[in-house]
Order: sequence, then C-alpha cells, then structure tokens
Amino acid sequence: MFESLSEKLGGVFDSLRGKGTLSENDVMAAAREIRVALLEADVALPVVKDFIETVKQKATGQEIVKGVNPGQQVIKIVHDAIIELLGSEKDPMQFGTPPCAYLMVGLQGSGKTTSSAKIAKHLTNKHNKKVLMASLDVYRPAAQEQLKQLGEQTDITTLPIVEKQKPLDIAKRAMDVGRKEGFDVVILDTAGRLSIDETLMDEISQIKKTINPIETLLVADAMTGQDAVQTATAFDAAVDITGIMLTRIDGDARGGAAMSMKAVTGKPIKLLGTGEKIDALESFHPDRIAGRILGMGDVVSLVEKAVETVDQDEAKKMAAKFKKGKFDFNDLLSQMQQMKKMGGMGAMMKMMPGLGKMAGQLDEAGVDDSHMKKQEAIIFSMTNKEREKPDLLNASRKKRIAAGSGTTVQEINQIVKQLKQMQTMMKRMKKMGAGKMMGMMKDMMGGDMAEMADAMNPEALAEDMAGIDEGGLGPNPFAPGGALAGQSMPGDLENLLGNSSQPHGGKKKNRKKKKR
Amino acid sequence: MVFWRKKKNITEQDKQDHDDRFIHRPGDPALEPSTEYDPEIDASLKHEIEDPVADIDELEETPVPEHTLVEDAQESEDLSDHTEEGGWLSRLTKGLAKSTNKISQGITDVLTKKKLDQDMLDSLEEVLIGADLGPKTAAALVADFAKDRFGKDISEEEVKEALSGSISAMLSPVAQPLEITPPANGGPYVILVCGVNGVGKTTTIGKLAQHLKQKEGRSVMMAAGDTFRAAAIEQLQIWAERTGSPLVTKEVGADAAAVAYEAYEKAKEQGSDVLLIDTAGRLQNKANLMAELEKIVRVLKKQDENLPHATLLVLDATTGQNAYSQLESFKSMVNVTGLVVTKLDGSAKGGVLVGLADQFGVPVHAIGIGEKMEDMQPFNADEYARSLTGLNAA
Repeated sequence: MFESLSEKLGGVFDSLRGKGTLSENDVMAAAREIRVALLEADVALPVVKDFIETVKQKATGQEIVKGVNPGQQVIKIVHDAIIELLGSEKDPMQFGTPPCAYLMVGLQGSGKTTSSAKIAKHLTNKHNKKVLMASLDVYRPAAQEQLKQLGEQTDITTLPIVEKQKPLDIAKRAMDVGRKEGFDVVILDTAGRLSIDETLMDEISQIKKTINPIETLLVADAMTGQDAVQTATAFDAAVDITGIMLTRIDGDARGGAAMSMKAVTGKPIKLLGTGEKIDALESFHPDRIAGRILGMGDVVSLVEKAVETVDQDEAKKMAAKFKKGKFDFNDLLSQMQQMKKMGGMGAMMKMMPGLGKMAGQLDEAGVDDSHMKKQEAIIFSMTNKEREKPDLLNASRKKRIAAGSGTTVQEINQIVKQLKQMQTMMKRMKKMGAGKMMGMMKDMMGGDMAEMADAMNPEALAEDMAGIDEGGLGPNPFAPGGALAGQSMPGDLENLLGNSSQPHGGKKKNRKKKKR
Repeated sequence: MVFWRKKKNITEQDKQDHDDRFIHRPGDPALEPSTEYDPEIDASLKHEIEDPVADIDELEETPVPEHTLVEDAQESEDLSDHTEEGGWLSRLTKGLAKSTNKISQGITDVLTKKKLDQDMLDSLEEVLIGADLGPKTAAALVADFAKDRFGKDISEEEVKEALSGSISAMLSPVAQPLEITPPANGGPYVILVCGVNGVGKTTTIGKLAQHLKQKEGRSVMMAAGDTFRAAAIEQLQIWAERTGSPLVTKEVGADAAAVAYEAYEKAKEQGSDVLLIDTAGRLQNKANLMAELEKIVRVLKKQDENLPHATLLVLDATTGQNAYSQLESFKSMVNVTGLVVTKLDGSAKGGVLVGLADQFGVPVHAIGIGEKMEDMQPFNADEYARSLTGLNAA
C-alpha cells in the first residue's frame, strides 16, 4: 500500500512551521519524497528528474501561506505542475477530408482492438460519422475475427476479411472501400508490436507513409512501468503519433505512464479507456490523473462510479425514505449491494482522499468484504416484515435467523445495533451539513480506530464533499447533502468495528447475478 | 414437526458452538477454511516453496550451467547461433540482451573503478529503478550492496557481480519450473490460468500446451473459459489446432465456471494428463469479476477438493509497480501458485519481479519471450539476474 505523499511530506515539513518562505533546503527535503511518490506511481525516472527540477524552481522562495501546512502547499505546487505537464486543455479528435484514417498502434495487449471499437462507436454516436473498421493484425490468432465480432456487437461496419493479405494491402483496401462507399473515418487496428522489433516497426511506418492517417494514436496500458518512455519514444519516432490513448484507467494503477509518455513525446493524451464495455471511453482529465499519480484519491471517479452503478430509481426511493429519517434492513441491504457493485470496501476507500492509509490498515488487519457477505446472509434470512420493522426481532426470531444464515445471535444483535445507530444518524444528518459528518464519524469510531481516523483529513474530505455538492449531480442521493459520506461509509465502518474478529462465515451464498 | 425438531436441535447445537467460540474468541483462528485470507495457508505455501528449492538447485547443477553461463564473447556467439534451433538460453540471452545492454551501459557509465560514494550509489539506484525494480527494492539492493564497500575502490565488474548476486539470491527461491504430478486420485492435472487483460494468457496456454506435449509427452486438453471477450474462443481454438489439443468450449456469454466443470469431466473421461483452463482478463480491483474467478475455483472444487492443482497468474513484463496489486489480489482470491512473466523479449525488463519474489515468494515458473509456440522458457534466477546486470551480454 502506498503511503500518500501528504503523509510523508507532513513529516518533512514539521520543522518548518513559523518560517516565512520555502527555502531551497526545505524544497530539497521534500524533493526526495516527491521523487519516491512519483516513482512508485511508475513515472519514468528521467521524467521524474526533470519534473523535480521544475518543481524546485517553482517552490523555492514561495511565501508560505498562512494557515496552510507547508507540505500541502508543496503538494499543491506539484499537483499543478503535473497538470501543466499533462496538458491542461482537452485535445479534440481531428477529422480530414473523408475518408480520413485513424491508425491505432501499440504494444501487444495494450487494448488496441477494443479501443478501436470504442472510438468507432464514439465517432458514430457523438460526431455522426460513418465509420469503417479494419484489422491489419495478421499475426495474432483470431485478431481479425475479434474486430469483426466487435463490429457486429456495435453495428460498425468492418472490412471483410481476406485471408493471407498483407497488412499494407489490407490498409489500402480499407481506404478504397472507404472512398467508394462514402465512409467518413476508417479506423485501422494494427497488430501489437514491440518497440524494438525492427521488421514490424518498419512495417507500421510504411503503412503510416502510404495511408497518411489524420490521427495516429498510441494505445498504451495505464499499468505500464518505466518502459513507457521507450515505447512512446520508439513509436513516436517510427510513426509520428498524434496522440495517446491510455487504457485500463479503471484499474488501480497510479498511471504514471501518462506523465512519462506526455513528457517524452509532447503528444497529447486524448482519450482514456475506462472499462470493458464499448462505451467506456472518456476524454482526458489532467487534474484527475494528477491526483491519482500523487495518491490523493480520485473523488470525481468515485462519484462517477457511484452515479454509474447506483440504480437511479432505487436511489430516489431511498432518498425519500431518508428524508423521513427512516432506515430499515432493506435499505441496509441495498446499500451493501451498491457498495459491492462499486468494487467493495477497499476499492472505494482507496479512491477517497486521505483514506488510502486506512484502506491499507484494514488490509493489514485482514478485514475484508466478507463481513458484508455475512450481513447480507442475515438480512436474507429475515422475513419481509422483519426487514421493515426491525423491532419485531425477538429472541426466537433471532435464533431462527441465525440458523438460517449460519451465523450467531450475537452477530444478529450486532447488525440490529448497527441499524439502530444508522437510524439515529439519519435523523441527525438531516440537521447537519456534510462537513460535520466526518467529525461525527471520528467520534463514532473511538478506540483503535481513532488512530485510523487520524489518517484521514476531515477538512480536506469535507471540502471535497462540498465540491461534489456544487457539482450538482442531479437526483443522485450520493451527492446532495454529502450522503455518500453519511450513509455508505460509516455504515460499513461500523460493521468493521463490530465484527473484525468474528470467526464464523455465512454458508448461504447470496451473490447478485453478475452483469457483464 | 420432525422438520421443526431437527431445526431446533441444529439451532441449539449451533448456539452452543457459537457460544464456545464466543468465549474463546480473541485467540481463535478463523473456522471456515477460507481460501482468501488464511495466514496458515500462506505459511504452508512458503514451506513448500522453500523445501523443493534445495533439490532443484542440486538438480540444476548437473546438466548445463557451466556451458551456458559463460561470460566470454566467443561462447556467447556460439549460443546465439542456436537461436534458430530454439535453445532456451540463447533465446533468453537474445531477448534479454536488449534489456541488458541498457542496464549494463548504465552501470558502466556510473562506475569505472573509483571510490564508492553517495552520488555513485544514487546513480546505481536509478539504474535499477529504470528496470522497474521500484524505488523501495532498488534502495534496499543498493544499501545491501554498499554495506561493506562504501568508500572503497571498486570496479565495474565487481559492481555487476555483487548486484547480480543480490538479485539472484532474491530470485532463486522462487525459480521453480512447473512440475506436473499426476493426481493421486486420477483425473487430469488442472491448471487455471488467470491475469489482467492483455497480459498474454491465451498465448501462454498455447505455449504451455506445446511444451507439455513436446517436452514432457503429456496429453493436454484446453478449456475456453474466456466466454466474454470477442473472439477469445476462436483465438484459443487456433492454439488448440496448432498444438493438436482437444478444446472444450461453450457459447459466448456462458458461465466460465460451467465450462471449467464440464472440461474437467471431459478430460477425466478422455484420460487427458493435463487440463489448461483459460479465463477472461480481469482487472484485480473489479470485485464482481474477481468473484467470478473465485467461482470457477469453487465449482471445480466440487469435482475434487484439490482442484485446480495449479493456478498461474500471467504478468506482463511491461507492467510497473501495479504488479504488486495484481499478485496480491489474485493471490488472495484464487491462491495463485505460480507466475508466468510474458513479453520479456521487449524493452521492458520486468524488474518488479525482484520485489514480488521478496514480498510474496510465489514461484516463477516460466517466461515468455516471443509470440511463437516455442517462445516459453523456464525461469532461471541466476541467468535472469546476470542478464539484468549485464554479465552475460556479449
């Protein structure tokens, strides 16, 4: 687990309080921590070195803003510098006289074929273009078939496959078809190749020269390590790329490759691949990637993920209930299920700013999502009436539920207690804003967890939450009123507190049907 | 009534059990044999890892090493001549030569017999970081290296030897070839292959099948467990044809666990020695996809508690520090028993492997060094370490 940069810098700057400006020595001390943070995020070493020089120059002599921790001030400088490096504005896709070609290049397994289909779909839907896709990958087994199938799934025309045709000939044929049949854009998906494979690099540069595509996109995996520099440089030299598409940004890699590749090629990052679904394509947001690289969490993504996975109708229903201050087992259940859809406890925590360390501690303590499973089993073993009216639960009912869910009466008592606390919280929440939420969370936790709570930064979080409020996310209850902090998180934290040493697991498997 | 009574008994019994447990709670280990978070399993795994190593080391002394590990240019040339024949060492050397040149060049730049000072150590550390060893592992290696040498005169050769020695020491415990032992209770030896998207799982299965058939003379069956990605089944189909292995498939969108289950029955029926199960690529932070993978294992265990006999995680050498997260997640979910590192013929060195070996101790079975059927080789720690530090480069 990565320690966040702010924690490390906190230590470095403790001695600094009371000074007026950031001296060169102060900045030097911070530089080492920044260096490690960037390297852990897979930013390539030469890029890190240059970058740190820039930051040193910017930071030295800056006045320390009153009321701000100097560490945070340096982070702000670093953060802004990363954004500047990544390119601050969105770079739109270009179009030329039809048919214009898009050439997709990259290493094996970087996601070129899937990305081709995503871009084709995007251009069709959002830009109203008539798109033809052609696979020039004659090497990997079933690569052409893959693009063909993606074409069928997305209703994008693909060039008919002709056996034994060479990549360059396929490209020419695709452009011919594009001309004759009036396509606006022809997307050429190429075979994955290593940057040191001279034969294949020659081949791609030949194709580039012959076809003269308007966009040549380097598709690269967000998990790429130090090699990003080598790959980006080699492809840029061979085919003069016009932009970069970063895939698998939905993974938990910190994405330092983005910085490496932008820095060495100067070419913009145009698109992000954010999932396996065909519409999982986004334009590039430098600020979000900057936050990720620094391990500061990605609140925007978290909220977006919430919006995406939370059932809107269900959410509305819940919001109405909350207004009345009502909260029963059905609500708890649907909350747990939503959380599971969002990738479980740990995944969410890692995205929350300041909670990264806490997620690490939970991992160490061996706490995982299985408690949630157990609690689900308990709720599933209740009758509908019991779920709606928790007060109905008497001793014999509890015994029955325990037998049904393979748990103990103690565990059922715990979940009842937890529900009661959440009910109380619901009522209190109505009376207070999002900011105070975090403080309350801290109170609630007490004991060993207090230390963990210290790892969080309530003010920053509250600020972030407030930011989300202003963002106006419509009818989503996760945003207004800071309900995201209020309902999901403490509920489960509570759960973790109570159950972390319970030795028994539920027998009944109540998995939701997987959607793929 | 009977039903009710029974239930009541169970309830009471359960309650008693639970109460017992409740009383003893603080020190109690988890009762449910969880494949996910069981420290005991980890411990036993480590033992298994450590024990066979001794044997393997002895075994490996015998066949070729003196010949293959030569430093002089003449012999290296001889070795590269074997490339066409597909000798594994030459292929590795060739594949790694590109990686090697860069890293050894770096070291040469850094040190040409002078006093070892902090600047030099910093530069040395950077060379290792550049090979994806990660800042922490690199720092540890350099600190280890500097321990007795700080302030002393040192030559380039010594630096390389020392570094190679430390890296090799970290890697040799995990360098274990995949050993197929026919299951005691019959049926095929089942290998589940998993990993994130695009690392080369299907290609690895193709190469593995080829190796098992050609080199070990075993019959292999494949199961197309990637029912999600477009043309994944077709891709494996081609590998099945190339290697002459029967393939079990189901329609696109079918339950991967069902494919695995049926494939096992079929392989048992046909008396195949090994069953290779392909799975869809999945990012380790997608809980639902990971649960799906866990389901494959769970369903297989219904056939036989020992299934799958091996669970391989395929790692892409291009991957940076995220490899930690990948191994950690897959290991906790499906108890990864071994690694295969692919794409080592590229410019990436996969140096993260060193840190992974240190932290997890999961065996590294093989490396992928090309797209051809034969482009898979057992992982040799010493060779890899020496190549990384430039000792074998011609």
